[in-house]
Amino acid sequence: MDNLIQNIQGIPLNHYVIFCSIIFSIGVIGVLIRRNVIIIMMSIELMLNSVNLLLAAFSAYRGDASGQVFVFFIMALAAAEVAVGLAIVIMVYRNTKSVDIESLSKLRW
Amino acid sequence: MAAIITLSLLGILVLYLGLFKAKSALLPVTLIGLLVALGCELALWGGDAKPIYSGMVVFDNFALAFSILCIVTTGLILLLSKAYFSSISNNVAEYYCLILFSLTGALMVSAYHNFAMLFIGIEVMSVALYILVGIRKTDFGSNEAALKYFLMGAFSTGFLLFGITLLYGATGTFDITGVREYLIANPQQISPYFYGGVLLLLVGLCFKVGAAPFHFWTPDVYEGAPILITSYMSTVVKVASFAAFLRLFSYVFVPLHDFWTPVLLVVIIITLFIGNITAMMQASFKRMLAYSSISHAGYMLFAIVALGATSTSSIFTYAIAYSLSSVAAFAGLILVKRAKGSDQFVAFNGLGKTNPFLAFVITVAMLSLAGIPLTAGFIGKFMMFNTVMQDYHIVLLLLAVVNAAIGVFYYLRVVVHMYFKTAEEEGGAILLPLSFKVVLGATVMLTLLIGLYPDCIIGLL
Repeated sequence: MDNLIQNIQGIPLNHYVIFCSIIFSIGVIGVLIRRNVIIIMMSIELMLNSVNLLLAAFSAYRGDASGQVFVFFIMALAAAEVAVGLAIVIMVYRNTKSVDIESLSKLRW
Repeated sequence: MAAIITLSLLGILVLYLGLFKAKSALLPVTLIGLLVALGCELALWGGDAKPIYSGMVVFDNFALAFSILCIVTTGLILLLSKAYFSSISNNVAEYYCLILFSLTGALMVSAYHNFAMLFIGIEVMSVALYILVGIRKTDFGSNEAALKYFLMGAFSTGFLLFGITLLYGATGTFDITGVREYLIANPQQISPYFYGGVLLLLVGLCFKVGAAPFHFWTPDVYEGAPILITSYMSTVVKVASFAAFLRLFSYVFVPLHDFWTPVLLVVIIITLFIGNITAMMQASFKRMLAYSSISHAGYMLFAIVALGATSTSSIFTYAIAYSLSSVAAFAGLILVKRAKGSDQFVAFNGLGKTNPFLAFVITVAMLSLAGIPLTAGFIGKFMMFNTVMQDYHIVLLLLAVVNAAIGVFYYLRVVVHMYFKTAEEEGGAILLPLSFKVVLGATVMLTLLIGLYPDCIIGLL
């Protein structure tokens, strides 16, 4: 375990922050420009996982376990959220035969 | 904490009642459970508020007041549900159970003392709602609303979490007192992560309360969801999110006041104008209420900009006034929609003649939402504007007054339809079930009572 933390600390903290910010931005851009609901959900997962990675990095640098515990909370709740989300996507698919977000424009923006 | 545990167990109990086909017992059991939870909250009132469960939650008067408001509003909304759920679905128990779980989340959100609790509370509150919004499985509008709500909710959670992570990176703790102490201890060298974290948290929470420019999901979701769920979303969820917002900014981020005030000011002004101007152009009453809830989010953010001794109490008064009149307005909408099959303004034509009581209740609700004196809404708006004035944000105050005037215009439109226009086809009076009479009567009484004797609420916090 100590060895692992030393390995993590071998990379400067800023690199983790920049790396995670880039992944997070890719997720945000994916949500905003993609039209397929499944890909939008994957982008959201990307956002959440970049947060997990950053939490783990901060946690290792500070020697404080609470950040890693938080990661478990995020994983559990993200799983619950995705389960509900996929159910909603299936429900929509049954009615529209499409997972394209453009097919859903009955309600005026 | 007893209330949170009671409500979670109650949700499971209700689910079992549905399994064993005890449909008639659902509503009474739920209401009794809500009363027990209310009792648990009231028993804690005024006690010493220490963070419990390793600093996870704190039940101070602030949290208790907002929790009590959430529980009472849920009770009123559930009273309206008697014939409503069974008319749109066979599985009635799921509605009660999901609403109770969502309420549990709302209580956690108003009592959090650790960012983990904030996150869990918001998720518990929203995940139950994603299902509730889309519960009419074959209805296209409901499907679309559920998908949009889910995508936007999950998206905003991402921002919220990134914000929390950056705060953790800067301070090394998730405890809100710890974060506050970090700010007070290093006023000069606050880590740049912290500023980014504050902004991302602001974005995430603005999504949740539906403040512009992150409001665009609100009208669609409110329109597509079943009316009862819309009324739940626009009252309980909004009130709980504001409690979270206020606790975060008035307790934790106060030392950084100069940094986030300009950002929040811009958000407020955009929210007010977008909410009010688009509400004015709607032909549907339900959609108008959705836009008006955006503008009310703007008014409630006022208290956060002008933080002072009275800001907690003014946001609480405003939340009470807003919840009561929204419940009354949505109850009226359910009755009219059931009778006329439409939620357009035109459906309200001639209601003043056929149903004088219902028309009177909707009128009082509209006046309260518009902020006309003698109603609770006026007291709420007055206290908001008063706190802003003490801080000399005169420009903001002027803009808000202009918006309040626009608000009067579109709120009174429905009143005009009810009293001064005649219905094309002469329908009989709409039959009011007893539970609707109780809810409508109670909301109007409380609205007028708070309007006439505001001291009973203002002194509480």
